[in-house]
Amino acid sequence: MVFDIAFFVLAVIIVGAALAVVILKDVFRAALSLVMLFFTIAGIYITLHADFLAVVQVLVYVGAISILIIVAIMLTHDARQGSTSGKLRIPAIIVGLLLLGMLVFTVVTTKWQLNNTPPLEPTTAAIGMKLFGEGGFLLPVEISAILLLAAVLGAIVLIREK
Amino acid sequence: MPSDIFACFFFFRHGILSPQHFEPGAFTVLADYGYVGILLVAAILFTILLLLIPLTLSLLGVVPRKSNPVKTSTYECGLETIGKTWVQFNFRYYLFAILFVALDVLTIFLYPWAVNLRGLGLFGFIAMVAFFIILLVGYVYAWRKGALEWK
Repeated sequence: MVFDIAFFVLAVIIVGAALAVVILKDVFRAALSLVMLFFTIAGIYITLHADFLAVVQVLVYVGAISILIIVAIMLTHDARQGSTSGKLRIPAIIVGLLLLGMLVFTVVTTKWQLNNTPPLEPTTAAIGMKLFGEGGFLLPVEISAILLLAAVLGAIVLIREK
Repeated sequence: MPSDIFACFFFFRHGILSPQHFEPGAFTVLADYGYVGILLVAAILFTILLLLIPLTLSLLGVVPRKSNPVKTSTYECGLETIGKTWVQFNFRYYLFAILFVALDVLTIFLYPWAVNLRGLGLFGFIAMVAFFIILLVGYVYAWRKGALEWK
């Protein structure tokens, strides 16, 4: 009951913020409403008992990705007018509606398996034991470190090449 | 959402709701994030209240409405800008932003490790050191290539 109310309040904010991202003419304001969207999705994760995922959402999306987007906007010469030509507007609406229809169709028709066991919480400690404990997922963790290393090196190489 | 959590928390504290009203494990999360909800509600109410006070006062005629250019001008915050206020930032900032994102992803792994530092013991510590050494290669590379220097 409480979760239903929380979900619908959050869902209304999410849909509103997402529409604002698309509709707003000012790119900077669109970016800020994208931050709002990310933040509200963290609230959805909390209602799903995924507290670690909520923290990661705030840390990475609200903290880092939004910084990247805002810095990218600030690097541009004069992006505040937004996109001028609306040539792709109608194809974009069609593709967006198709995607929405596919997602709604999948959500409605799939027979979701429900688990009656109560969710584990807090999840962070359990995830830590699984990731770094003996017999856990240590090898994938170290491989993801290599992946991050590749991302850092790639970023440096790409940016320094001129 | 915040006000619901707050109401739920309130009812629970005063014995109107009991944990049986929720599915198992539901309430601890609500109680924990209830405090966040209380803070959010307080912040929103505070903002609305502060905006409403001058509006009501001016509607009641307590505050005079005499606007003139000097009164509405920006003061104490430097000179008024001439031309566009939009400045194109240096391209080099983007490298720092990207390195920051990579470092931020590192904290995802640091956080669950730090939460049960004692439980993981030496094994987890060595695992984390190995993780760090792999990532450190990238930062040593950035340092050696002079990517972190301002030219």
